[in-house]
Amino acid sequence: MSPRRKTLMQEFNKGLLRENPVLRLLLGTCPTLAVTTTVKNGIGMGLAATFVLIGSNLMISMLRKVIPDKVRIPAYITVIAGFVSIVQMLIQAYLPDLNKSLGIFIPLITVNCIILARAEMFANKNPILPSVIDGLGMGIGFTSALVLMGGIREIIGNGTFFDMPLPVLQAGGWIEPTIIMILPPGGFFVFGVLIAFANYLSEKLDKRDKSQIDPLADSCVGAINEKAACAMCGACSIGTRFREEEGFKDKSGHQPEVK
Amino acid sequence: MREMLIILFSAILVDNFVLSRFLGICPFLGVSKNVKTAMGMSMAVIIVMVIASALTWPVQAYLLSPLNLGYLQTGVFIVIIAALVQIIETFLKKAIPSLYKALGIYLPLITTNCAVLGVTILNVDQNYTFFESVFNAAGAGLGFMLALFLFSGVRSKVDRADIPKFMKGLPITLVSAGLVSISFFGFKGLIEKLFS
Repeated sequence: MSPRRKTLMQEFNKGLLRENPVLRLLLGTCPTLAVTTTVKNGIGMGLAATFVLIGSNLMISMLRKVIPDKVRIPAYITVIAGFVSIVQMLIQAYLPDLNKSLGIFIPLITVNCIILARAEMFANKNPILPSVIDGLGMGIGFTSALVLMGGIREIIGNGTFFDMPLPVLQAGGWIEPTIIMILPPGGFFVFGVLIAFANYLSEKLDKRDKSQIDPLADSCVGAINEKAACAMCGACSIGTRFREEEGFKDKSGHQPEVK
Repeated sequence: MREMLIILFSAILVDNFVLSRFLGICPFLGVSKNVKTAMGMSMAVIIVMVIASALTWPVQAYLLSPLNLGYLQTGVFIVIIAALVQIIETFLKKAIPSLYKALGIYLPLITTNCAVLGVTILNVDQNYTFFESVFNAAGAGLGFMLALFLFSGVRSKVDRADIPKFMKGLPITLVSAGLVSISFFGFKGLIEKLFS
């Protein structure tokens, strides 16, 4: 555990921008790109993941002294899969439309990097209440990033917002809808630009107060940005083995000459 | 056989797992820096995908479906994949050390690769038979390899370009991934033309 205890408010706040799981830690890229064709899908996916995140953080924090260190990753995955099944059944029962549009990405919350990374980086070293708050903050950070992406893609790509047509953006208005934005390439474009923007914002914020940065997360973000590699569940969570591999990749990947 | 080929080619080109289904984005961005690591990762993914599909199909067909335990699917599949990856790793370490050296570092990362869990769940969703599932998995793996191979070429060019400060690194990588993804639109309609 870190030497200085943080207040619960800080645990909650950090997920929103400074350690936003999607835009700063670059976790959970697959659902971020895949389901954000509309705002509605973004909210649905975000809330489902938030529920799983809070549940698994709570459970893993409670079990943190019981789970042996060697089998912790499989144990975490099993806990997470349990919560995902609950969410999946609830969505199937009460929100069949959402179930249809999210499709395979609901069961795939199980392997969403954010949840495993929070379990590994936070819930297994912290008491129950901070873990739940951390899960909530991260979940809301994830949801807001999805809503942001969904909003941009829906407005530009389809000329609607939350299924309401925006007359100026419909065919015959000022700008025609740009279909490419709701197709797969648009997801890549919007996400790339958003990350660039988040980097810019966060550099501005960091200049103002250097003192509040969590050293672990900062090194983590640094490591990820430097190598431009996704956390892969995480560069920071799977541990030394992955770091060795990162080093290895870096050595072989950074040679500028091409054969 | 014709159906098998259709499934195989649509999984590779039309519904490419990485570029149009958005599965396995993490390794796609993470290991596409050079061709060698990209190929190592892809080989490991192909092997695990095919074996995982071959294992999960009978579990779904003879255990989960008859007993009405469909809701356990996610949990059971992820445990099968995790165990499978562990077994493959142990087996390679003992039996074929040279192959382990080449693929070993990628294996632990595959458990949490959403493309592997994704392909097993898609097989069930699409009601594929056993052989169709295996072909779908092989196609998905080959499609992953193709996307990684093409993209590692693009990245080696991008690395040497002059890029604005905040676009450096991941943002420009994502934008170029979008461009590669556009190129795969060219394959739309290919299957109908090829097999009609």
